[in-house]
Amino acid sequence: MTALLALQDLSVHRGSRPVVDHVSLRVGPGECVGLIGPNGAGKTSLLRAALGLLAHQGQSNIADLPAHARARQAAWMPQSREIAWGIDVEAVIALGRTPWLPRGGRLRPEDRAAVDRAIRRMKLESFRHRPANHLSGGEQARVLIARALAQETPLLMADEPIAGLDPAAQITTMEVFGRIAAEGKAVVVSLHDLGLAARHCTRLVMLDRGRAVADGAPGAVLTPERLEEVFALRAFYSRSADGPIFQPLESLR
Amino acid sequence: MSRLMPLLTLGVAALFLASLLIGPAPVGVLDSLSALILDDGTPMTLVMREIRLPRALLAVIVGASLGMAGAAMQGYLRNPLAEPGLIGVSASAALGAVIALQTGLAAAFTLALPLTALGTALLGVLLLLTLAGPRGASLTLILAGIAISALAGALLSLVLNLSPNPFATSEIVFWMMGSLADRSMTHVWLALPLSVLGWLMLATLGRGLDALTLGEDAAQALGIRLTRLRLTLVIATASVVGAATAVAGAIGFVGLVVPHILRPLVGARPSRLLFASALGGAVLVLAADIAVRLILPDRDLKLGVVMALIGAPLFLHLIYKTRKEFA
Repeated sequence: MTALLALQDLSVHRGSRPVVDHVSLRVGPGECVGLIGPNGAGKTSLLRAALGLLAHQGQSNIADLPAHARARQAAWMPQSREIAWGIDVEAVIALGRTPWLPRGGRLRPEDRAAVDRAIRRMKLESFRHRPANHLSGGEQARVLIARALAQETPLLMADEPIAGLDPAAQITTMEVFGRIAAEGKAVVVSLHDLGLAARHCTRLVMLDRGRAVADGAPGAVLTPERLEEVFALRAFYSRSADGPIFQPLESLR
Repeated sequence: MSRLMPLLTLGVAALFLASLLIGPAPVGVLDSLSALILDDGTPMTLVMREIRLPRALLAVIVGASLGMAGAAMQGYLRNPLAEPGLIGVSASAALGAVIALQTGLAAAFTLALPLTALGTALLGVLLLLTLAGPRGASLTLILAGIAISALAGALLSLVLNLSPNPFATSEIVFWMMGSLADRSMTHVWLALPLSVLGWLMLATLGRGLDALTLGEDAAQALGIRLTRLRLTLVIATASVVGAATAVAGAIGFVGLVVPHILRPLVGARPSRLLFASALGGAVLVLAADIAVRLILPDRDLKLGVVMALIGAPLFLHLIYKTRKEFA
């Protein structure tokens, strides 16, 4: 399998404490990987180190690329949702084309087509010409997801992309990620909603105190023992005609 | 947007012409221009070529520099309150000029003052880069800039404080108000190469500044090399602001107000704002320098004073208009 993301013994240290501890991970085309774990498990650090945005030890095939090639290989949606100026939604999404633009930076027809596809996917047609900083937090998040989609890279990485979205938008977004993966790309998203992770990800990677403690199909990862140990959580999990259903029930802390 | 750039260009051209035609010597429009182009042996050629032309050229150079550097600095810091003086270059350049005036060096030869100003501006930038480091975050850069401005300001006050010569003191105070009066083509030739170099460097930043709209992390993941962008920005700003301060003194508000006014007119895109602000800065400084000559022709009103008098109320108006956006 040709891996779109290949991490080998990736570690990140804050001071002397490892926040990511020898994580190895291979993600291939067609996979939509959910990165799960409690607060402080190292999800964000793992993603940022994999992209080369954070000093790290170990190997990451993406971080090893030069800046320009990396931007054509992997798109990144950070957790902090920043849109500094009152730029049109369309122009924000077009920023995703930055790595593909020739010198001078004018959008070519194929760039416009990519922007249009991203707008359609995130159902943002009616926002197209509105200043992005006038939108609500959830709407801005959808614009930024569309921005990452417009980059049209083989690998898409997103840090809690669906936090703050309304339920329908959360499901739509996860479906978009699933479809992108089905098209032969790879998606790696960190998530807190284990129910959506169980339903929409092809594979889950569970992090606990910087280490990857489980990796596999959602049903195999979300076992009662691991949920108790890692998340201090008791939950209901079952397969139904509507797909897997996961509902946290009580905190064991 | 499509009409803004031609409009600003037209504004620069018209005000440049007006700047050439306004002065104490009462000469007609056609006579002035023919004296500028053809050396007809009259004193008017001297007035046009040695007094009015350098003044108008310097207004364009200084205005474009301050406007463009202001737009770049605001784009980089994603803060509409940023201005080119933030990295401490104007304060360190002013310190050099004041030392030149105080020691009498300025009287020794024409370029002594601007050259000393450029020298201390360079020292300021080197200190800034040492303090903030090549990979320093934007916050470190601002803090280092503030520290350097404070240090240069303190040393400048010390020079004034200990000055035994009241004439030098008053000369310093007037110099610090900023002016384009009595400059020669020598000043133009000193400021132009550095300014052009800085403009060219700033012009390469458009794509990176656009990407920075989404934050440093996202910009980096879009292939922008932030370390290089920051270094280019600092060196470019230092050359244009250092050159502008060296020849014209401290002229505030251009780098703050011009990008702020033009931002909504370019769809808030930092890359477009760069070029619009260069033209807008030239328009504003040309207009203010004309105002200086028209309002009190015989009192040597200082450009920096008029600039602040125009700039501050303009800024207040902008704050009043946009206060809902910040709420």
